[in-house]
Amino acid sequence: MTQLPPASGLPQIGRRQPRIEDPRLLAGQGRYVSDVEPPGALHAAFVRSPHAHAAILSIDASRAREVPGVAAVLTAADLAARMPTLRMPLGFPTKALPPDITPYVLAPEEVCFVGEAVALVLATSRYAAEDGAAEVDVDYDPLPALSDCRQALDPDSPRVRREAPDNVLTRFEVEYGDCGQAFAGAAHVFKESLHQHRGGAHPMEGRGVVAEFDELRDTLTVWSSTQMAHELQFTLAEMLDIAETRVRVLAPDVGGGFGAKFLVYPEEIAVAAAALFLRKPVKWIEDRAEHFVSAIQERDQYWDVEIAVDGEARVLGIRGRMIHDQGAYTPQGINCPYNAATGVTGPYIVPAYRLEAYVAQTNKVYTIPVRGAGYPEGAFVMERLLDRVAAELGLDRAEVRLRNLVTPAKMPYVKPLKNRAGKPITLDSGDYPASQATVLQAIGYAGFAQRKAQARSEGRYIGIGLAHAVKGTGRGPFESGCVKISSTGRVSVATGAMAMGQGMHTAMAQIAAGELGVPVESVQVISGDTSFISMGIGGFASRQTVTAGSSVLLAARQVAGKARKVGAYLLQAGEDEVELRDGRVQVRGQPGRAMSFAQIARTLRGIPGYDLPPGAGAGLEATVYWEPDAMAYANACHACEVEVDVDTGGVSLLRYVAMQDCGTLINPLIVEGQIHGGIVHGIGNALFEYMRYDEYGQPLSTTFADYLLPTSTEIPPLELIFAHSPSATNPLGVKGVGEVGTIPVTSAIASAIDDALSDFGVRVQAIPVDPVRLAQQLEESRRKAA
Amino acid sequence: MQEAGSATLHKIVLHVNGQPREAEVESRTTLADCLRGGLGLTGTHLGCEHGVCGACTVLVDGHSARSCLMLARQAERYPIDTVEGLARDGLLNDLQQAFRELHGLQCGFCTPGILMTLTELLRDQPKADEAAVRDALSGHLCRCTGYQNIVAAALAALRRQRGEA
Amino acid sequence: MKPAPFALHLPGTVPQALQLLAGQPNARVIAGGQSLMPMLNMRLAMPDHLIDLNGVQGLAGIREDGGDIVLGAMTRQREIEFSDLVADKLPVMREAILNVGHRQTRNRGTIGGSLCHMDPSAELPTICALMDARMVIESARGRREVPAAEFAEGFMSTCIQPEELLTEVRIRPWAPGHGWRFLEFARRHGDFAVVSAAALVERGADGAIARAALVLGGVDAAPVRLPAAEALLAGSRGEDAALREAAELAGAGEALDDPAYPSWYRQRLARKLMYRAIAGALERCGAQPGRA
Repeated sequence: MTQLPPASGLPQIGRRQPRIEDPRLLAGQGRYVSDVEPPGALHAAFVRSPHAHAAILSIDASRAREVPGVAAVLTAADLAARMPTLRMPLGFPTKALPPDITPYVLAPEEVCFVGEAVALVLATSRYAAEDGAAEVDVDYDPLPALSDCRQALDPDSPRVRREAPDNVLTRFEVEYGDCGQAFAGAAHVFKESLHQHRGGAHPMEGRGVVAEFDELRDTLTVWSSTQMAHELQFTLAEMLDIAETRVRVLAPDVGGGFGAKFLVYPEEIAVAAAALFLRKPVKWIEDRAEHFVSAIQERDQYWDVEIAVDGEARVLGIRGRMIHDQGAYTPQGINCPYNAATGVTGPYIVPAYRLEAYVAQTNKVYTIPVRGAGYPEGAFVMERLLDRVAAELGLDRAEVRLRNLVTPAKMPYVKPLKNRAGKPITLDSGDYPASQATVLQAIGYAGFAQRKAQARSEGRYIGIGLAHAVKGTGRGPFESGCVKISSTGRVSVATGAMAMGQGMHTAMAQIAAGELGVPVESVQVISGDTSFISMGIGGFASRQTVTAGSSVLLAARQVAGKARKVGAYLLQAGEDEVELRDGRVQVRGQPGRAMSFAQIARTLRGIPGYDLPPGAGAGLEATVYWEPDAMAYANACHACEVEVDVDTGGVSLLRYVAMQDCGTLINPLIVEGQIHGGIVHGIGNALFEYMRYDEYGQPLSTTFADYLLPTSTEIPPLELIFAHSPSATNPLGVKGVGEVGTIPVTSAIASAIDDALSDFGVRVQAIPVDPVRLAQQLEESRRKAA
Repeated sequence: MQEAGSATLHKIVLHVNGQPREAEVESRTTLADCLRGGLGLTGTHLGCEHGVCGACTVLVDGHSARSCLMLARQAERYPIDTVEGLARDGLLNDLQQAFRELHGLQCGFCTPGILMTLTELLRDQPKADEAAVRDALSGHLCRCTGYQNIVAAALAALRRQRGEA
Repeated sequence: MKPAPFALHLPGTVPQALQLLAGQPNARVIAGGQSLMPMLNMRLAMPDHLIDLNGVQGLAGIREDGGDIVLGAMTRQREIEFSDLVADKLPVMREAILNVGHRQTRNRGTIGGSLCHMDPSAELPTICALMDARMVIESARGRREVPAAEFAEGFMSTCIQPEELLTEVRIRPWAPGHGWRFLEFARRHGDFAVVSAAALVERGADGAIARAALVLGGVDAAPVRLPAAEALLAGSRGEDAALREAAELAGAGEALDDPAYPSWYRQRLARKLMYRAIAGALERCGAQPGRA
């Protein structure tokens, strides 16, 4: 199914290597945070606000403390006595945002979303802790709550937080070219209003923290199911006023992240603080109900946009306004709306662009990027506009896209937009028209009209859709990779990259094993442990294969180089005469003349009184913090066939063809899995995942019975095709794959639904697509026709 | 017998993976929590505690069931099988091997529950086709894999069992 | 999400179970647990006493008795799914049960549990209403039979009193050769139906429809039978106009309204699904629904 990539010249790269992570996990020997339990641990349950907005008048925990099994109840007042501040630091700090916008470790005076934590109950079991939590008496004075982010723009709307001067957190503009002129001179202008609804990340494993202060080791050890171990370490040190050297963060096996764990949460600080202050281990394992209300979500976004085209359907300009629901607090900047705003033009040439973006606060849990990170939202806007142009001008949708895609001849194509680092967005490689041609061929686009007519004659409504996507991957500033060969000859890789199911260990092991000429299974990969490597950024934004992979490659090369140099020296041979083979440095063609890695490592450990080999330097190890200069742009083109039941409004997916160009593939097996997962996540966003709130900010979708994730029976076979335009931006030639599979999905499905309902003129303007809304649109169309 | 609050503990003997295992539980302790806590069998996971995600699935009297929806004290009368009982002498069984070869897991959190459901499928529906596999899997949520490789691994295991490897 | 504390009782016989029910305040029975345990875990239900029916002798099983099919209340949904007797005599129930949850929930879930839980969307209560099942309810004081039409009392509640126990469901099968169809609209395979529709039809010797039973699930707190539509069908030969009229009647009743599925949408589904249900039942009856 996967075409072999062009030979990258790197051993082990491109191999369908079964994962080294698997045997343990398959045998049920995985060690997730809920499997970590230090002896004597107290179990934690949070008391959470049932109100979307209220003042806290008082908290009475006296009855709770009497509940059998309850050891302690901590409130903001208890923590404030021992912490420099209760306010979380701003992740991704920026002066562009107002002050006092981050969440509190525990809410001291006011709660601003349902689920906000106000107290921590510690007991002998989670059962008893929940008993205790039920008895904590919080006297709330309900305040008006803001639920619809659009209302935030009304200066008279009730303040989401009493301290917030304005419900609009910030407003920014993304602009280039001359939209005024573009629109004035356009042959056609079309307007669209689009709504992309709130949704959650919902990894199958929720969040969790175990914290223990060990007097013997004078260390606060914190296990957390996190995507950012080092950031958590820094934040703990800062919030608890304890030296970083006395804080160790360990991410155990992480059961999925998808962005929900790429944040330092108040709960992590509260639990660690409790462990530190009470001098007892504390364990908090989030249950699903908590994930629904207090783990991050993504979106709502409301877009009012218009597109100007010439007579040939070439885009002249796009402009409009977007309102993004930030939630009640801002823990980590505004990457998601910024990405969405700058991601609209995607792989297309758009000469003029102006978007006014409002980041609006509401009395709901805060939002940060979930898989796709705003780019699916941007793509949806662009792709819907292009479909609209095609429909209005009576042109083929694929053709309209072709007329506007950046072509290879134009690459590297520098967009007048800047990414967050301030660098221009540069599409570095990829052949988007060829991607489209491949996909259309694979899905039989040319013959679809006939299939559609045939279905129509049977009373069935089927449609075909397509969409393009690009994703900048390998975001910096760096990732860390340390490759070490021990005195016993064992190869280990330590990295600040984080594992959450994406096979990162196997990929890093392949890279290192390839450079060192050892079996992949022999390489130990250590991640998520701040005591093994001092700096790291973490897992998000499809960055780790690019960044950590490059660091590990370069570090492994350094180690290989050292091994060759020192091995040659010890063997009294020339460096060009030796090769790395099976864990030894051997004179080529003379197996008898060899030095094991272990021997070389021992030599470089040093013997007191003796010099190291000249020019070698101590240790058979190297650490690299590779910094990308530019992002590596992966691209995708997806096409799908759907069937719509016009009676019920139900949508089923008949076929899904997905083409990706992710450059060099370290392990095609893993890449395919990432694309499968990314597509199905997109299908969830397109058809199922509706995080419903009422007008008072009360969450209505609070279980998996209400909030629907796709299951195996809703997914057709996913047909994957790969192209490989290696990226010159990193030594591996790779591009990230974690999200590019998600980005075009909502667009492709919306396009297909429009096509299925072309008889009725129904257009998808909101996702997730909802059978009720489709039925309503069909009903309206029927009335208009009558 | 009357219980005051949550204090009363009950001694039970569960039959897990062919072995009698003693535990002490409250009446309200779920089977899942007893397996994971008292019995140290942490391979069974909790994803939702309301019976939808399937991560906690074990075999109860040979049939797949949500261990988060059973009380430990209710489970004494049935043989219970968990993921820890699949491998023999430290070697992965054919189903587990198929998952390894075909990349049927990513984060691994939903995997043990799925393995138990597929163990039941292999036994009860040896001729299952893709539709039957997807039907059996429809009671499991996976956020990582998109199900495709899980289905492939199940079909491979079925073929291997039929000697068609 | 851990339950609040309760005492758990494990009776071995029906009289023991009834005695416990009569003697304990704030007591509930637990059957398959697939509906009750989530409520306990979420602390939406907080009984002081839980009476486990899983060890009670004589409550499970499917048998024939004097023209009825009798299903013990503790009969697992799985057993219903694989029962030859049900497939043969109550085929519409078998068709419905394939839509009930998933393999894993059918392995434990029971017919009694589903009936007593009385979720508006649940398939088994809908089938029991369709077939005029009779619920056998026992207490320490004796036994009574309640027809399905009187069993549900409101949103997720039934006529069962605190000291009573549902022990059997008795269903009179339709004559061999009858037509049957159950279908539903759900968002995903195995989800609760948003709306379900089921039809049973019997043709007389002259080919006209002699008897019809129609039911909707998910439009009201309890399943809704459609006597007017049934009468209309029973006077017809199953021509398309009659199906359309019956379907219109099905969609004309009041329907539940909630933020996810407003009443007009349920009414629409009722109309569309009922048409398909009747058409499907007629096809199985060996006759084509008449087309204009």
